Amino acid sequence: MRIAIEHRTTYRFSEPQARIVQMLRLTPCDTQDQTVVSWLVGVDCDARLRDASDGYGNAVTMLYAEGPIEALDITVTGEVLTSESSGVVRGSAESLPPLYYLRATPRTKASDALFAFASDSIGAGRDPLEQLHALNAALHQRFPCVPDLPDAGCTAAKAFEGSRKVSSRDVAQMFIAAARGLAVPARYVSGYRAEEAARSAPHAWAEAQVEGLGWVGFDPSTGLSPDESYVRVAIGLDASGAAATGGMRIGQGQEQLAVDLHVDQLGVEE
Amino acid sequence: MGAPGAFDEIWGHGGPERPRAEFAALSQWLAETDAAELQRRQQSAEAAFRQLGITFAVYGDTEAAERIIPFDIVPRVFLAGEWQRLSEGLVQRVEAINAFLEDIYGERRILKEGIIPPELIYLNEQFRAEVDGVRPPHGVWAHICGIDLVRTGPDAFYVLEDNARTPSGVSYMLENREAMIRLCPELFRDFRVAPVDSYPDMLLKTMQSVAPGNNPRPVCVVLTPGHFNSAYYEHSFLADSMGVELVEAADLVVDDDVVWMQTIAGRVKVDVIYRRIDDDFLDPLVFRPDSMLGVPGIMAAYRAGNVAILNAPGNGIADDKAIYSYVPEIVRFYSGGEAKLPNVETYRCREPQALKYVLDRLPELVVKLVDGSGGYGMLVGPTATKAQIEEFRAALVAEPHRYIAQPTLALSTVPTLVEQGLAPRHVDFRPFVLTGSDGVRVAPGGLTRVALREGSLVVNSSQGGGTKDSFVLLDDGA
Repeated sequence: MRIAIEHRTTYRFSEPQARIVQMLRLTPCDTQDQTVVSWLVGVDCDARLRDASDGYGNAVTMLYAEGPIEALDITVTGEVLTSESSGVVRGSAESLPPLYYLRATPRTKASDALFAFASDSIGAGRDPLEQLHALNAALHQRFPCVPDLPDAGCTAAKAFEGSRKVSSRDVAQMFIAAARGLAVPARYVSGYRAEEAARSAPHAWAEAQVEGLGWVGFDPSTGLSPDESYVRVAIGLDASGAAATGGMRIGQGQEQLAVDLHVDQLGVEE
Repeated sequence: MGAPGAFDEIWGHGGPERPRAEFAALSQWLAETDAAELQRRQQSAEAAFRQLGITFAVYGDTEAAERIIPFDIVPRVFLAGEWQRLSEGLVQRVEAINAFLEDIYGERRILKEGIIPPELIYLNEQFRAEVDGVRPPHGVWAHICGIDLVRTGPDAFYVLEDNARTPSGVSYMLENREAMIRLCPELFRDFRVAPVDSYPDMLLKTMQSVAPGNNPRPVCVVLTPGHFNSAYYEHSFLADSMGVELVEAADLVVDDDVVWMQTIAGRVKVDVIYRRIDDDFLDPLVFRPDSMLGVPGIMAAYRAGNVAILNAPGNGIADDKAIYSYVPEIVRFYSGGEAKLPNVETYRCREPQALKYVLDRLPELVVKLVDGSGGYGMLVGPTATKAQIEEFRAALVAEPHRYIAQPTLALSTVPTLVEQGLAPRHVDFRPFVLTGSDGVRVAPGGLTRVALREGSLVVNSSQGGGTKDSFVLLDDGA
């Protein structure tokens, strides 16, 4: 599938900022089933961009801008060619072994309630792949409608209580917390999914390590594995570790963040 | 629990009347100098420290903040030969620590060969994926190490703990010496004591040697969390004696992957940073996002090879308690020889045979939590109550992988001035080892901590510990 992405992040500041330093994870890497045809990260002010990496194998862009800055506009445009792999990740650059992804982080610590839910949903005696699919489906059933929303910093355990609006990020973190609780290495993926509607945040899903297959994607917001309409951009232990944008500013006042995201399917490649 | 018959470093096993032969002259000085006079000199030293505002805390010793630590006027003395052998062990150990860090964030041969269980690394918070694949400038990771040692005999030293992050205490080595030269000049006339005042120069040379590129005059700075930090005196002291700037995070900015210091005269490019803040607070973009102490972008500058950070981020994996018991294997793996400086014998309760041994001998052993610090989660068998021992027995059976156990050692003593006069008191030792691009050097001295309470083995300043000057003799012909 040929996928066109336009991802615009706009910061507006109530008062001019003296300096901004940001770390952007906005650039996808090639895998066996994902080829980046073109990709451009642009900024609307006099900023310096530097390519880097972050230890997880993600492509990172450092952004340095000096003030006075009243607004910052980061625009990503690109095209990616994908192929169907039944959710199996093939040919990704892996710097860390699966074992590393058993670590719990503050945002992906399972609560008793979440762990009990996970244990219930996987049933007994089935093989690990089936168990993970069952967990994925159960989370989707419990949270059927989960849009891509801006990150409010919520933890998996808190989001599972269901008292606030649950996003694709939250269910992905729940899946990760539950999988790790079952001793299955799991990680967070931030990326794009070709869909009709415009959205206000990147999509989020999870990957878990399955013996014989390697990393396999699970998207609890659909209850299915990612297909060729997905573009993987960044991985991390949790949502914070794979965040598309994040940084520090020096200056007074409030900041307003707006994201405008279009992910369009251009055509199916045979 | 002062072990009876402990080795006294000056008096040997014979007491004041029959000191070790090499220490006859020092012992005589002790015997001939009036206790009241020693008392007077000691008070004078402490008054000077109070005036300077010297406070410091070692790891997990937070209660020591803003307090001066008692100073003992009787020096601890290493013979030239003893020091030579000890230094060889320290150099070997620190070389192995550097090789281990290079390997663990690179090829990871030591894991591939099964020397260390991989989960001890990958599930350890001190293993920082954020520096995976980074090679620091000139390949040096642990530039400044403080190796905590105890001693049980003339050449019997054991490593208690490796400190490869931000070890403190070196200002005590320097200030204690200055006080001793002023108060006991006769000792420096009668004995050839290796000077320690070149330490700031050694440190500066170490910093300059690891500067990125070939800048002949690299800009070096000391980065402190600020004046509220318990070791702030040391930070400012070191910056001052090296003649470099003492900066806080707010004084540094990163632009285009380069670190700059903001000065009244404008921006100055920074090449080498001796940071005294923990990894967690180094860069809010990479480590803790809530950190106000850090410099946003500093890790990007480091990854790009544009700045040297001492000690390297990620070093915690080398001095972690869970890794400690593997250090002898680490030394063997990278040096090809046996460790010259042994660990305290350590039973890893994660191993079933070791667990059985430990459970059978709890009243004799010290049991420690692998991830604990500062004496929390610790059982000292010989002084514990029956109930405490049973409590630990249950904890060990439930979660054996969280514990290690060690025998209680008969720690060495050094004569110390107490109310009743001179008496043996237990000591430990932290020498400082510097690694630059041109090799490893041991500063000829260190921090001796002394447990001032009779029989006590606890040298922590929060629990009645003090410090002594540590003499290294240049020759033993006294």
